[in-house]
Amino acid sequence: MKALALSPARLRGIEVFFWLALASSFFLLPDKLTLMSQIMIFGLFAVSLDMALGYAGILTVGHAAFFGAGAYAAGLLAKHGWSEPFSGLLFALLLCVALGYVLSYLVVRGADLTRLMITIGVCMLLAELANRLSSITGGTDGLQGVVIAPVLGLFEFDLFGKTAFAYAYGVVLVVFIGVRRVLRSPFGLTLRGIHDSRKRMLAIGSPVEARLRLAYALSAGVAGIAGALLAQTTQFVGIESIGFNRSAEVLIILVLGGTGRLYGGMIGAIVYMLVHDWFADLNPEYWMFWLGIFLIAAVMLGRGGIMGALSRLVKTGRAS
Amino acid sequence: MNTAALRTRGLGISFGEFRAVDDVNLRLEPGARQALIGPNGAGKTTLINLLTGVFRPTHGTIHMGERELTTLSADKRARLGLARTFQINTLFPSLTPLLSVVLAISERDGLGAVWWRPLKRHTATFDEAHALLGRLKLDALADVPVAELAYGKQRLLEIALAMAARPRILLLDEPAAGVPEDESGELFEAIAELPQDISVLFIEHDMNLVFRFSRRISVLVAGRILTEGSPAEIGSDPRVREVYLGHGAAHV
Amino acid sequence: MGIVIFDGVAYGMLLFLIGVGLSITMGLMNFVNLAHGTFAMVGGYAASVLMNHFGVGFFPSLAAAFVAAAGVGAVLELCFYRRLYRAHPLDQVLLSIGIVFVSVAVFTYVFGPTLQAFQLPPLLDGRVSLLGLEVGRYRLFLIACGVAVLAALLVVLGKTRYGAMVRAAVDNQRVAGGTGIHVQRLFFLTFSLGCGLAGLGGALSLGMLGLEPSFPLKYLVYFLIVVCVGGAGTITGPFVAALLVGIVDVAGKYYLPQAGAFLIYVVMIIMLLARPNGIIPRKGLA
Repeated sequence: MKALALSPARLRGIEVFFWLALASSFFLLPDKLTLMSQIMIFGLFAVSLDMALGYAGILTVGHAAFFGAGAYAAGLLAKHGWSEPFSGLLFALLLCVALGYVLSYLVVRGADLTRLMITIGVCMLLAELANRLSSITGGTDGLQGVVIAPVLGLFEFDLFGKTAFAYAYGVVLVVFIGVRRVLRSPFGLTLRGIHDSRKRMLAIGSPVEARLRLAYALSAGVAGIAGALLAQTTQFVGIESIGFNRSAEVLIILVLGGTGRLYGGMIGAIVYMLVHDWFADLNPEYWMFWLGIFLIAAVMLGRGGIMGALSRLVKTGRAS
Repeated sequence: MNTAALRTRGLGISFGEFRAVDDVNLRLEPGARQALIGPNGAGKTTLINLLTGVFRPTHGTIHMGERELTTLSADKRARLGLARTFQINTLFPSLTPLLSVVLAISERDGLGAVWWRPLKRHTATFDEAHALLGRLKLDALADVPVAELAYGKQRLLEIALAMAARPRILLLDEPAAGVPEDESGELFEAIAELPQDISVLFIEHDMNLVFRFSRRISVLVAGRILTEGSPAEIGSDPRVREVYLGHGAAHV
Repeated sequence: MGIVIFDGVAYGMLLFLIGVGLSITMGLMNFVNLAHGTFAMVGGYAASVLMNHFGVGFFPSLAAAFVAAAGVGAVLELCFYRRLYRAHPLDQVLLSIGIVFVSVAVFTYVFGPTLQAFQLPPLLDGRVSLLGLEVGRYRLFLIACGVAVLAALLVVLGKTRYGAMVRAAVDNQRVAGGTGIHVQRLFFLTFSLGCGLAGLGGALSLGMLGLEPSFPLKYLVYFLIVVCVGGAGTITGPFVAALLVGIVDVAGKYYLPQAGAFLIYVVMIIMLLARPNGIIPRKGLA
C-alpha cells in the first residue's frame, strides 16, 4: 500500500480536526458525555505513561500509583473543605510530581527487571495503603462525599455531565499541549537520544539518570492530573483506580494506540473505551478473557499499535 | 609541574584472574597526536573504556591535568572535556546529523533539561551545529536520517559528535575501521583538520593513518605497554614487528 | 513467637517452590513472565479436581499437579514463549499479562470465583511436637518439601550434565550455543520444569493460602519480590528471599495487624536499595 505524504500544515489540520471532533460530542452525543469525559481522562493518563515508557524507555506496570494518588489527593482535598476544582488539580499535580521524583530514585537505576518489579511493587504498596487507611480513603467502598465547587464559580457540575465534560476537555487539551511542548523542547530531544543510545548520551556528557528522573517525575504529574480529573468529574474515588489492574489497563490502552507517538494514548483510549463500553453491555464477565486474547494476538502478530499501523500508511516527512 | 593533558599511573583492570590491562603509565601531552597500536585483543578498547569511565579500574589512577578522574562517572568526564568516538558506530539512529549535533551542543551548554521552551528557539545552537557539520563536509546530509547514511559518513558523524562538546582531549577508537577506500579520504582530512590545541589519542590498525598523523606511538601488547616512541623509532623496532607479524617477518 | 517464625518459614517455602521456577526462567531466558502464577494455579486446580471429584489421594495429586503444570508450560512455550526470547521486554510483559487474563477468566468461568475446598489428608492433619513447640504437620511437610526441592535442584544443577548446560546458558547464551548446547531444547525443558515446580507449589498452597482464580494476580508481587530480591538466575537467592518474605509477612500480620501486608513492600524497597542485583547476585546458578 502506497504511503500518503502529509505536510506539516496538513498534520496541523488533522490535529485541529481531532480536537474539534472531540469537542463536538458535547452537542452530538449528549447521552454519552460521561463516557467521553472518561475517554479523554484515560487518554491523558495513557499519554503520561507514554512519557515514561515510550519516550524515557522506563517499562512500568505501576503507573496507576500516580493516577490513584492524584485522584485521592483531589478527592480528599474537596471532601475536607477545599472544593475549588483548579486548585485541586494543582495540588494533585504538585503531589504527584514530588512522589514521582522521590520514586524515580528507585525506578531509574537498575535493569529492566528490577525496575519493572519496583514499579509493580510500589503500585501495589499504595493500593494496599489505600485499602488499610479505609477510615480516610473509604477503602474498598471508595471515597464518597466528594463535592466540587462550580468551575470558575459559575458552572455547576450537573447530572448530565455537561460541565464535567467541558471542564475535562479544557484541562486535557491544555495539559496535552503542555506535554507536546515538553516533547518538542531540548529535553524532549534528550529523551529521544537516551532512547536511541544511552551509551552515546553518556559519552556526550548527558547525566542520563538525572534526565530520566525528571521524565518520570513529569509523567507522574500528568498522571496525577488525570486521576484528579476523574475524581472531580465523577465526585468519587474507587480503590481500583490505584491497583495493578488499572496499571495493566493503561498499558494496554497505550500499546493499542502506539507508544512513542504523541497521540497514541488518546487514540488508544478512544478505541479501548468505546469497545469496552459496547462490549460491557453484552458480556461483562468475558471482557478479561477477550482482552487477554487480544493481547496475545497483538504481541504474536507484531506491534506498533494503531499509530504504528497508521505511520506505515502515512509518511509525515519528519525524522521521528 | 604536571603539564600532561591526560596521565595514567599503574592503570589496570582485572576480570577475575584475567588482567585485561596491567600497569599502564600513559602520558598524553597538550596538543598531542598520539597513536595506540597493538595486536587484536591487546586491550586497546578496554584501555579507552577505562579512560572514559565505562569501566572502573581495579588498580591505578587517571588524571586530567590536575584533576583526578579515576572515580568519576563517564558523563562527568565528558563534561570535563574528555570526548570519544566508538569503534562501532554508536549514533542516534532515529535522529538526523543536525539533530544529533544539536543534542550534543545542547547538553554541553547545560540545556538538556530545559523542558519549557521549544527547541527551535535555540537558533545559536542550530547555527553552531550547521557550522560543525560544514567543517566535516556533512552539511548536505544534515536532515537525512542517521540510519540511512553511508558508513563512511556515519564515521564522520561519530567525530562530529565528539567535536561538538569542544573537548580538550579526544579519544578516537579506530576511526577508520571498516571505511572503504573511496570514503577514507574525507575521514583523513577531518582528522588532519582537528584543532591543534586538542590532545588526540587514537587507536588504529591502519598503519597509513598511524604513520601519517601521529607524532608519538604507544604499543600495547597483552594489556601492557611494550614500548613508546616516535614513528621512526617504533617503525624500526624489531620487537614491534615481531609482535605483529611473528618471527622472521620480512617487513612491516 | 516460635510458631510465628515457623509459620513464616512454611509460607516462605511455598513462595520458594512457586518462585524458583520463575527465577530460573528469568535468569536463563531473560524473559519477564508475569504469568508464572498461572502455572501454579493450573497445578492447584488439577490437584483439587483430582482430589475432590475423583477421590485421588493427596500425594498422587501432587505429582499430577506437577505434570499438568509442566504440560501446560510446555505447550505455551512451544506456541508463544519461544518466539519472544529476543523480543522487547514490553512484548514479553504484554504477552504474559494476556496469558494471565485469559487464565483468570477461564478458571473463573469453569470453577467459579470462590475458594477451592480442600481436605487435609489425615497423615498431615494435626500437630506434632518439634523442639518444644506444637507445630502444624502440614506446615512441617511444606518445609520438608521446600528443603527437598532446594537440595534436588542444587544437585541437578551442580552435579549433572544438564545442570552444567543450564549454568553455561545462564552465563552466556551465545557462547553456550556455540559449544553445541542445544539451547532451544534446554529452554523448553527448563521452562517446563519451572512450571511444573510452580504447579507443585500451587497444589501445596491449597492447604495454606487457599486457591481461587485470582491467585496469579493476588500473589504475583510475592513471586516477583522473591525473585528480584533473591536474584534472578540463582536458586539459593530466592530461597533466602522467600524465607525473608515469609517470615516478615507472617510476623508482620501477627504483630502489627494494622500495618500487615504493607510491611513486605517496605522490606522489598529496602532490600532492592541495598542490593539492587539480588541478595545473591548471579555468578552462575548456585
